[in-house]
Amino acid sequence: MGAYIAKRLLAAIPVLFGLTIIVFLIMAMIPGDPATAILGSYATPENVAKLNKDLGLDKTLFEQYVIWIGNLFKGDLGRSYTLNRPVLDEVLERFTATLILAGTALLLCSILGLLAGVVSAVRQYGLADKAITLLVLVGISRPSFWLGLLLILIFAVNLRLFPASGMYAIYGGGDLKDLLHHLALPAFTLSVVATGVIARLTRTAMLEVLRQDYIRTARAKGLSERKVIYKHAFKSALVSIVPVIGIQAGFVIGGAVYIETVFQWPGIGSMLVKAISTRDLLLVQGGVLVVASAYVLFNLAADVVQTMLDPRLR
Amino acid sequence: MTKHPEPVSGTLLSISDVERVFGGERKLFGGQTPAVHAVQSVSLDVRKGETLGVVGESGCGKSTLARLIVGLDRPTGGTIHFDGTDLSELAKADRRALARKVQYVFQDPVASLNPRKTIRTILEAPLKHLTELKSQGREQRLEELLEAVNLAPEFLERYPHEFSGGQAQRIGIARALAAGPELIVLDEPVSALDVSVQAQVLNLLDDLKDRFGLTYVFISHDLSVVESVSDRVAVMYFGRLAELGPARDVFAKPLHPYTDLLMRSAPAPGRHELLAEDASAELPDPYNPPLGCAFAARCAYKTDKCLAGKPSPSEATGGQADHFAACYHPLASA
Amino acid sequence: MTDATMTAPVKAKKKPAGRPSTLALLFNNTLATVGLVILALICLTALAAPLLPLPDPDVTAPANRLMPVFSDGHLLGTDHLGRDLLSRLIWGTRVSLAVGLSATVIAAFFGSLLGLVAGYAGGRVDTLIMRGIDMVMAFPYILLALAIVAVLGPGLLNALYAIALVNIPFFARNIRGITLGLSRREFVDAARLAGKSPPQILFIEILPNVLPVIVITMSTTVGWMVLETAGLSFLGLGAQPPQADLGSMLGEGRKILFTAPHVSIIPGLMIFALVMSINLLGDGIRDILDPRLRAGSLTRPVARTKVIRDPKDIPPPSLEPGVLDVRDMRTEFQIGGSVYKAVGGVDLHLKKGECIGIIGESGSGKSVTAMSVMGLVPTPPGRIVGGAAYLNGEDLFGASDKRVRDLRGGSVAYVFQDPLSTLHPLFTVGDQLIEAIQAHQPLSGSEAKEKAIELLSLVRIPNAPERLSAYPHELSGGMRQRVCIAMALANDANVLIADEPTTALDVTVQSQILTLMNGLRRERDAAILFITHDFGVVSALCDRVAVMYAGRIVETGVTAEVLANPQHPYTAKLIDCVPVLGQPERRTDAIEGRPPVVNNLPDGCAFADRCPRVQTACRVGLIELEMANETRGVSCLFPMNKELRDDQAS
Repeated sequence: MGAYIAKRLLAAIPVLFGLTIIVFLIMAMIPGDPATAILGSYATPENVAKLNKDLGLDKTLFEQYVIWIGNLFKGDLGRSYTLNRPVLDEVLERFTATLILAGTALLLCSILGLLAGVVSAVRQYGLADKAITLLVLVGISRPSFWLGLLLILIFAVNLRLFPASGMYAIYGGGDLKDLLHHLALPAFTLSVVATGVIARLTRTAMLEVLRQDYIRTARAKGLSERKVIYKHAFKSALVSIVPVIGIQAGFVIGGAVYIETVFQWPGIGSMLVKAISTRDLLLVQGGVLVVASAYVLFNLAADVVQTMLDPRLR
Repeated sequence: MTKHPEPVSGTLLSISDVERVFGGERKLFGGQTPAVHAVQSVSLDVRKGETLGVVGESGCGKSTLARLIVGLDRPTGGTIHFDGTDLSELAKADRRALARKVQYVFQDPVASLNPRKTIRTILEAPLKHLTELKSQGREQRLEELLEAVNLAPEFLERYPHEFSGGQAQRIGIARALAAGPELIVLDEPVSALDVSVQAQVLNLLDDLKDRFGLTYVFISHDLSVVESVSDRVAVMYFGRLAELGPARDVFAKPLHPYTDLLMRSAPAPGRHELLAEDASAELPDPYNPPLGCAFAARCAYKTDKCLAGKPSPSEATGGQADHFAACYHPLASA
Repeated sequence: MTDATMTAPVKAKKKPAGRPSTLALLFNNTLATVGLVILALICLTALAAPLLPLPDPDVTAPANRLMPVFSDGHLLGTDHLGRDLLSRLIWGTRVSLAVGLSATVIAAFFGSLLGLVAGYAGGRVDTLIMRGIDMVMAFPYILLALAIVAVLGPGLLNALYAIALVNIPFFARNIRGITLGLSRREFVDAARLAGKSPPQILFIEILPNVLPVIVITMSTTVGWMVLETAGLSFLGLGAQPPQADLGSMLGEGRKILFTAPHVSIIPGLMIFALVMSINLLGDGIRDILDPRLRAGSLTRPVARTKVIRDPKDIPPPSLEPGVLDVRDMRTEFQIGGSVYKAVGGVDLHLKKGECIGIIGESGSGKSVTAMSVMGLVPTPPGRIVGGAAYLNGEDLFGASDKRVRDLRGGSVAYVFQDPLSTLHPLFTVGDQLIEAIQAHQPLSGSEAKEKAIELLSLVRIPNAPERLSAYPHELSGGMRQRVCIAMALANDANVLIADEPTTALDVTVQSQILTLMNGLRRERDAAILFITHDFGVVSALCDRVAVMYAGRIVETGVTAEVLANPQHPYTAKLIDCVPVLGQPERRTDAIEGRPPVVNNLPDGCAFADRCPRVQTACRVGLIELEMANETRGVSCLFPMNKELRDDQAS
């Protein structure tokens, strides 16, 4: 197993490498002149040329990439001109906030989704199944940001149960309780769609597994129905659901962009949206790179878990 | 490696020293992927008008051999000649020329028919691509084909899922016949069928062979079926020929201990005692093949000689001139 | 060649004239119909926008700002610039729909094309395309869309491109998987042999089979795409003011959420209605086109076959002693509107240490008979509708679930056909064996392990202690079947039910397994019910044999007697149509026609249509299995070798 994980980590290196190329190229392809964007349209040509030289934009694309990646290894992602601070500092700070939000949401959707899916499959065509199916359908059919707005309206504005925005209370907050209080609404909102997707897939996977020959064998052995479903069937179903959870992680991180905007969560998503509209490209580049790398690593983890579950994949 | 004896006159298909290796490609960072010899040093001739049975257990390479003959796969070594022309060359140069001469009948009759096409479309494909027939000629040929395999003309407009296994296999046979081939490779053509239907298809094949002067290569794991249809039989084990000879001789006086084991393991109505080996008797590891005879580990007659090197395909000869076995200690002489 | 020409009318079996059209199936699905109706309404309204008497959606009127719902002249009120919300909603829906649909079509086209080519070409082309796709998928979905918009600049069209582009990998992966599977199918090889060129094969043979999957994928992603475009607009990166689409309306409304919630709630509701209707319809389409979901084949089978029998009509156990006594057992399958009588009244009597073979062709009901005994026939669609099965005098069909569970794997154990699919792939052989032991015996972990090793040695598996930690896929077919047999023997079963245990095995392995079973039964004095289609296998193992045809036993007797003197014409034909090793000259005698389908059995003898000795009387009434003596019986009005039969009777 250790050798397998090492092998997978090694295999992830070219992917991460490719990632840097794509991120770099996307930014290089952006029309318009960053120097002009930074200095404003009233800049003199001399100043623009000087800045271009300072930014290394007069070199070939390849040289630029080598310099960029060299700096990357030194932990230097450039400086955000709108915030006037190193991109890496800003990105890491923001990313921690996103990790808390997305991590909670992912945990929530995995637990709820699996639970709902299994119940739905076991009680197929029963009341619980129908209710879950309907809830799931509603859950995946509305924009998450709209749900966020509605929740703010109900729970923050009218009922005053939860704060409407932010990560910590401005006065006297800062402890875990305060964080959880602020986390509840956005994490729930963020988890809804993924919960629906996972629940649906779990239901199908369970139903498919329950028709397999080895389930009949388990029953022929005289095992209790609980063991048949929760040990034999669930383990097999999990093998096909784990990669889905990996993919859902991408949707959750992406969804965080909306949720962070709605709830003014100081995460990387709201940072990116702001950076795109102010054309702070180095910030966009750094943010995308960090999030994508995290996503690659997360999917790697999902792969490893799947392999641990299924000896045939080793 | 000694070559197979001179081809007898009337040879339609000549396979010499054919090899098919799977895997073994170079990897990105040096090294090779593990290689498996699916078929190795197989030499045999198929004579015009005969039925050559190829028999062996799963993993012995018989289906790979079949795919090599029809050009669905290319050998990694050795040559296959059809009527004097090199088959791999022909397959490369003109796929269709090969398909006009050699055709194939599949094991799973239903899976070999495209579920979204009518039988007419399926049967017309070889006529369109392989013959010069115009639409009127094709129509006539379709009727002939259906008649030849005993199916009613109404079947033409139906879809494959509407057919039973036996009917589907008749369609498969009709498709193979469409372009008027000389050689048909039948890859387990009755294994997927029920016994009562199996007999129908076997009788049909027999009938068609006489009617159209066909040559068959009949591949099966079922010894009794092979015995009942074949003129000559090739027994394969672990990618190589174990024994080759006239069907009657091979089954009556087997030379190779493996052939003998196969025959005595096969259940037959009225037979009570089956020969059964030890549970440890298994196929060798294909990724780590033994140096000597692949069967040695299971063989009661093995000596050090068997473990040291592989016997040539014609190591042993039987009573008949064209009966050979790859064995140092053939049974008849033991 | 004696075979008569087969005629088409045989096929008139299942469906009533023509199968229901896809549209008819769709209308059967209430939810999908609701979705279709709502979607049609929304689409029609959106299309008709230029014709409707609506105010200009972009004209601002600061005096009328933030009017509430149901205001005069503004049914849904106005927004912060005084623009009419109803008008903006309808025009906005138009934009959102158009963008969502176009993005889907673009993504589906390019994605499917890439998937088709990668899946069919294989090798380097495949690797190249899929590595590229993987690279794109390495980015979280929305993040990539954001990055693309960042490059292209905000705007509706750019948002469309971004959404389409990030969805291409999704289609490509899906379609590649399907194409890859199809390319290995035999019909593709057949097309190559029919002289078709690769593009012809890809687009004429494979594409029609992939098309339903493309449609399913499209129908399930349209809703998603609408949501995504709305999302980008919401962030201000899609539609630019003053143009309205649903997302940008929401985005604008958000700023005044607390003062005028209706400005954001209304477009949100619209998106919800739109996407919900699309999803309902999409699910309906998927259910129709996906063969796995059709006909409820994804229905969960319950733990035990349902028994519906008339309590007044339970046959008593027979008087002779025996371990397993099956009386007039009947099992049916309800599929769609028709009832398949898979087992139509079967009697079996198994004595201690005896081996009975049930022989028959596919569809004869032999496996269903075996599965019915311990309630292992899947319900739905199966159910036991009559008869009884007595195990040492206890009625199994009337027993409680708990009791049946105790007996399963305890007194009655099963060995199934394909040892690869019957062992759980994710648990080691040892785990599965120990589980079987502990289900019935109160043994500790180490004791159970001890016992498992003992069992593996019993079925002659070399290195038993090491094999405990092996997974099923690491063993050969023969070894796997030995494990299955060991599992069946774990709790000293009285009765072993073996359903074609050697059919999936090679002949040399088969003889090993048969010899093993024969030895074990003599050692342990267990009775065996052995299901097979091969008279050779019956000869090697079974004391008695029962021949099944169309759900009933047509002949039974001591194996050697039945083989030597078959009395039912079907038995005789079945023996004759198989080639026998060592008798190459024997002309195999085919049975004409096909067995009847059990949802439409003829009156009288089910074999009548194929029988060379058929007479008028054969087609009337029920023909019972007449027992000439304790073991020998035949259900035929005009049996062969009648003299012999009379001799036996006297």
